[in-house]
Amino acid sequence: MYICSQIATQMNLRRDVFQAIADPTRRAILLLVATQSMTAGAIAANFDTARPTVSKHLAILTECELLEQEQNGREIYYHLNPQKMKEIADFIEPFRKLWDDRFNKLENIMKKYKK
Amino acid sequence: MEMKTKVIAEAGKQNIMITRDFDLPVELLFRAHVDAELFEQWMSHEYGTTKVRKMECKNHGGWQFETIDKQGNVVFTANGVIHDFVPDQRITRTFEMMNSPVQLEFLEFEKLSDDTSRLNMQIVFRSVECRDQLLKNPFAQGMNMGHNRLQEIVGKLK
Repeated sequence: MYICSQIATQMNLRRDVFQAIADPTRRAILLLVATQSMTAGAIAANFDTARPTVSKHLAILTECELLEQEQNGREIYYHLNPQKMKEIADFIEPFRKLWDDRFNKLENIMKKYKK
Repeated sequence: MEMKTKVIAEAGKQNIMITRDFDLPVELLFRAHVDAELFEQWMSHEYGTTKVRKMECKNHGGWQFETIDKQGNVVFTANGVIHDFVPDQRITRTFEMMNSPVQLEFLEFEKLSDDTSRLNMQIVFRSVECRDQLLKNPFAQGMNMGHNRLQEIVGKLK
């Protein structure tokens, strides 16, 4: 909660999934855990960046609900939250609908000119 | 039903890719983009009539259109310059709408068969933030339409 809110306050931006995926390292993390749950250590091993930096990214992704934590014995595993990922896909929907309506209309109008 | 228009806005990029296949020969698809009268028809909707003010279809030509609501108010204006114009193939132009930063548009018209064609549209924004702003906020024109629709519905309740 803290890290995301802090970024939001500092940059005067709303905290959301778009903020979270704006960073290339965070996008790489999402790709990594897309196929399997992983511990923070296993995720960090894929990056040259310092472990605390990776932890910070994980905290942001978790805070923004793109990642979910799962306790397994002494280990915490991270996995992707597909519902939240869907939100990212959904946000272009009104824009797509706008163009789809326009192009449907174009097609109908121009069909009259077909030989 | 699957929508025919595909929109791809990859995270962290300042692009939007729009792709649409048409049951139209490429010549007609292109004509709909350059013939002012036809353009006005498909860019108009029940909440506003689109009027082309300028359409100079040539390299370095200018274009301008506006949308007017039933009361005669201008609810949307857009303008830009054409940088590259190749009939039935491509249009490269700038696009600027009111209160928004300018964007660059690449339109590619592709023949698929004698009767079908594809439009590939790449929109490039100044920054990722500019792009996401456009996508996240209700799209300016859609917003106007929404407001008009709201007014219409509320008006009936009076």
